[in-house]
Amino acid sequence: MKIAIALICGIVFALGLGISGMTLPTVVLGFLDFFGDWNPALMFVMGPAVLIYLVAWRLRRGRKSPFGATLPAKAIHKQDARLYAGATLFGIGWGIAGVCPGPAVTNLARPSEFTLAFMAAMLVGIALSFLVKSRKSAAMNTA
Amino acid sequence: MQWQDVWPPLLGGTLIGLSAAGLLVLTGKTAGISGIVDGILRGERGELGWKLAFALGLVVGGVVLAIAMPSALPVAAPRALPWVIAAGLLVGFGTRLGGGCTSGHGVCGIGRTSGRGFVGTCVFMAVAALTVLVLKGVEA
Repeated sequence: MKIAIALICGIVFALGLGISGMTLPTVVLGFLDFFGDWNPALMFVMGPAVLIYLVAWRLRRGRKSPFGATLPAKAIHKQDARLYAGATLFGIGWGIAGVCPGPAVTNLARPSEFTLAFMAAMLVGIALSFLVKSRKSAAMNTA
Repeated sequence: MQWQDVWPPLLGGTLIGLSAAGLLVLTGKTAGISGIVDGILRGERGELGWKLAFALGLVVGGVVLAIAMPSALPVAAPRALPWVIAAGLLVGFGTRLGGGCTSGHGVCGIGRTSGRGFVGTCVFMAVAALTVLVLKGVEA
């Protein structure tokens, strides 16, 4: 059941990315161009997404889920050098190509030199992160 | 931008929120895509099944988009191949070093009113905007 739910959630997530415009690098780069020809459309993606998640979190955190484990009870607040360094490097990459991990996977549905090369490089980047991260810090992942 | 341009992002954001909240409430898991891909790559014990299913769902959703809404998927690369590869390396390495991406920090982290998620999101948004600004300056 857990597997079926994850599959359905993945499909719905991808449809959300596609409908909102997050899968298109041109739209994402237009949104990130705050000081130029700014396209604010993507500003409206995060609002409903965060709001829905916030309600679910407030109602169910720390409680048992019907098909899996107990939900986490507390959010992680720790801010360390790795968070700042990692978010900075991710920001540079996102600003270059306009692709973050969700769209990178979704875009594999239309294989091209661009989508395949980005995904391959992203996997190498993730693998390289294993070299600098200890087991202990892996528990710090919020995602 | 016209006012009607607001509806697709609002609808898309709603679907993303329902997906992430549904996964959380029904399975207790976090819909952070970089963490999901990370777990698959490591063959994470006990987590591999649902992570593979979610990633497969993303691709299936992509196929649905390719059929029903073909303009939603990119046809052209935004930059030349070396830039694309550099960007992919940075996104993969950076999201794992920082413990999250747009979904993990941006939606799930902020949705939990997590200081870590909020700070992470502010940093990568600001840096991405700065990167776009610098590249435009260089290319101009």
